[in-house]
Amino acid sequence: MTGLADAHPPWSAILVDEPGWRAAMEALAAGELTLVSLWGEPGMVHMALSRAHGESVILDLPCPEGRYPSVGAAHAPAIRLERALFDLHGLVADGAVDTRPWLDHGQWEVRHPLGAAAPSTGPAPYAFLPVEGESLHQIPVGPVHAGIIEPGHFRFTANGETVARLEARLGYAHRGVDGLMAGAALDRAAQLAARVCGDSTVAYSLAFARAVEAALGFEAPPRAAWLRALLAEMERLANHLGDIGAICNDAAFSLMLAHCGVLREQVLRTAKVVFGHRLMMDCVVPGGVSVDLDVTGEALVRDLVRTIRERFPTLVELYDETAALQDRTVSTGIVPRELVQRFAAGGYVGRASGRTFDARRDFPYAPYDRFTFKVAVREEGDVNARVWVRIDEVDESLSLIEQILGESPTGPVHVNPPSGSGEGTALVEGFRGDILAWVRILKGRIERAHLRDPSWFQWPLIEACIEGNIVADFPLCNKSFNCAYAGCDL
Amino acid sequence: MALTRLLTKGLFSRPLTEPAPPIEEAALKRLGERLDVAARLRLGRSLAIRQVDAGSCNGCELEIHALSNAFYDLERFGLRFVASPRHADVLLVTGPVTLNMREALLRTFDATPEPKWVVSVGGCALDGGLFAGSYACAGGVGAVLPVDAHIPGCPPAPEALLGGLIALIEANTRRSGSNR
Ligand code: SF4
Repeated sequence: MTGLADAHPPWSAILVDEPGWRAAMEALAAGELTLVSLWGEPGMVHMALSRAHGESVILDLPCPEGRYPSVGAAHAPAIRLERALFDLHGLVADGAVDTRPWLDHGQWEVRHPLGAAAPSTGPAPYAFLPVEGESLHQIPVGPVHAGIIEPGHFRFTANGETVARLEARLGYAHRGVDGLMAGAALDRAAQLAARVCGDSTVAYSLAFARAVEAALGFEAPPRAAWLRALLAEMERLANHLGDIGAICNDAAFSLMLAHCGVLREQVLRTAKVVFGHRLMMDCVVPGGVSVDLDVTGEALVRDLVRTIRERFPTLVELYDETAALQDRTVSTGIVPRELVQRFAAGGYVGRASGRTFDARRDFPYAPYDRFTFKVAVREEGDVNARVWVRIDEVDESLSLIEQILGESPTGPVHVNPPSGSGEGTALVEGFRGDILAWVRILKGRIERAHLRDPSWFQWPLIEACIEGNIVADFPLCNKSFNCAYAGCDL
Repeated sequence: MALTRLLTKGLFSRPLTEPAPPIEEAALKRLGERLDVAARLRLGRSLAIRQVDAGSCNGCELEIHALSNAFYDLERFGLRFVASPRHADVLLVTGPVTLNMREALLRTFDATPEPKWVVSVGGCALDGGLFAGSYACAGGVGAVLPVDAHIPGCPPAPEALLGGLIALIEANTRRSGSNR
């Protein structure tokens, strides 16, 4: 490896040559390092890596010829990121095992819109991975689905009812966020970040804001940090409550959906009254938060916590006691522990299979560095375990909210970002897992940004966990993951 | 145990479902003008809705989902979501229409029998919203399909969605009533 480049505080950045890059690939393949993300820009690829407990680094590899050694060839979790990188920038991964397009479906007017743009060659047939064997048949599903869900295509190869292989094809929700970010003023860029993934708008806004603050070397006021955590925990609550109900509904137990739906709605209504927006969009901004919490608001949030504490335990009991429900969730869609480790799957997907990572604890940021909280972990890796991790996280969020309300400092909630230039990185824990934001700012404008959704490392595990299950259990498995489409497609 | 407790409690507590939101007269007028009376007569007082995410951030979908919760309970108005466009009267479309979704949206539209209406939902679906001008977006539902009504918001709150959809039914009833 060669010398230190600019810092990406608190992540250090190292400018590497090819041998340095390959050494990192080997360490990834050996399980000594964790792949956090891989992205590009003209003439350069970046790879974010971490080790346990907050040790983190970004490798910058110049590739003036437009080629770099394929990380995916040594470490499978990088494959889709590399495919996306090629589609957007035209940078070629040498030795790549999968060179099919990912985001580019041949529908844009240009190829490589963020690199050396070339006219599109139009749509081409997409080769799904081959499956061979007797009595196999294919079931294509999507991108338009029967329910109200995001667009994606699933190709099932089944033997009767049993799934032999599932392959997802995504990219349908690609809006070109990276391209729109380039050159954007901070406030517009923050709005874009808030709209990468609607259910994680607080988490994305937070990751983006913290990356900007790291880049410009300033901090949001202490009270802002506490309110950000309050917003983030409210978002986690709303999503977990909604999903727990929806998972049970996919196991044909709609009573849970009805009751969980009421609690979720109450979270959103409280958010609307207290913060002015049901999903809390645009509440977290670079420099702090755009809303403050007054005495009335605080009382409303406390009421909400009380209501959920009162009602949720009965629902948990109902989940636990209903044999017909357990029959569907226990031992369905198992993700082996080795896989979540190798893919460094975050959130409840990783934690339900014994990987204890939580960015709030392992990359601590204010105010979580002040709190002690349990990181819920299960070992079984099935749908049931993912439900239980979420149940435990609801409890944990309630107690975090109480701590935040009880101890939050007073003072201003926003400072104007200084104008300036720099690079910054942040990792925050959204409801589905860790979200990475990296920005480079040039004189107060975003020059380049990269946002990495947790689902990049969770989608491939759905494909793995469904094998040998029946087709009819797919919705249930899928809901227990609830991977992001828009977040990955960007 | 928990089940019995919940059910008993449900029997004796008052319903959560709330009254319908007021319908915006302007929206009603806009809709009424675009509706073909004969077609609407056939439709009656119910609408089957096929939702299509044409590249949304998923925020709009979350709020569309909320319409089914106990507070809004859209089915009491004759509104229901259906699984297939072939069963639908209305396509409820979100997103700036990504170019990757354009064809699927068009095919869904073609699969929907006449009479059919397209309702666009959210700022993105109006004109691309924040994503307008991107190499990857068509720039709103209107750039791809004829849009009959738009429900604004980012995302629109469930009341706004419900109001918009009820207006669609109301426009029908009033027009067909006056035509008799
Ligand atoms: S209108 Fe807003 S909430 Fe709806 S898809 Fe667009 S950005 Fe998301």
